[in-house]
Amino acid sequence: MIQVKRLVLDILKPHQPNALDFARAIAAQGADYRVHLTVQEVDEKTESIQLVIEGNDIQFEAVAETISSHGASLHSIDEVEVCSHSHPGSGE
Amino acid sequence: MQVLQQVQFLLQITHSRSIIRRYFVVNGFDGALTILGMITGFQVSGESNIHVIISACFGAAVALTVSGLTSAYMSEAAEKQKDLSELQEAMVADLSDTNHARAAKIVPFLVAAVNGFAPFLFSLLILTPLWLAKANLLVSVNPLVAAILVALMLIFLLGVFLGRVSGAFWLWSGVRTLIVAVLTMLVIMACSV
Repeated sequence: MIQVKRLVLDILKPHQPNALDFARAIAAQGADYRVHLTVQEVDEKTESIQLVIEGNDIQFEAVAETISSHGASLHSIDEVEVCSHSHPGSGE
Repeated sequence: MQVLQQVQFLLQITHSRSIIRRYFVVNGFDGALTILGMITGFQVSGESNIHVIISACFGAAVALTVSGLTSAYMSEAAEKQKDLSELQEAMVADLSDTNHARAAKIVPFLVAAVNGFAPFLFSLLILTPLWLAKANLLVSVNPLVAAILVALMLIFLLGVFLGRVSGAFWLWSGVRTLIVAVLTMLVIMACSV
């Protein structure tokens, strides 16, 4: 079983919701998500942000859905950290 | 609770809280002053038929409500659609399935509801003494004078609310709106002589 532990995402988002609310919405997608958001560039109506998400088992689809429902665009996945775990007794 | 949070979120991303507050005060003041003016006119003219007074004031309140609902909805819907189009251009993306698109649809209804029902609420409160008199529950007081006092109190409270929003001294803010109401009454009385 493959579990995603860390993601670094490059995102373009509108000014609203603000960085705090946006990070909260992402963190709410998991029980143990740790979110670090950095605003890298601010334009008239948008801002580019780098989002670092850490968790035991990050559900990327839910994160991507939250990003798009808040009007933001995922530009690229810049870093990924995944782990494989073998099931006890499965012989993997 | 979740619906309330969602509504608050949509108001926040469209910066609509201050717009709603402004519409509440502006149209609430409009409603209160209109009904105050009508009741002052009835008082000065010596009209004593409570049914006529209630019908005329209630008609004005309904007209203010419909006017508030429709005008605010049309202007806010156009503004929010414009904001959404500009945001879509800036994002170079289709935002039709996002909270921003939901806000563009829902927020104009909320703004219109506040804009429409604020004058209606204030009008109903001002008309309460007249309804009480009609039901023979207010016998020792002139219902028109009671309604005028209620209107002046509500207008004073609107001023106090504005004072609290702006951080100004609440009493001065309340007195200022009260002065406007009293001046309106004086003008009506002068014109009726």
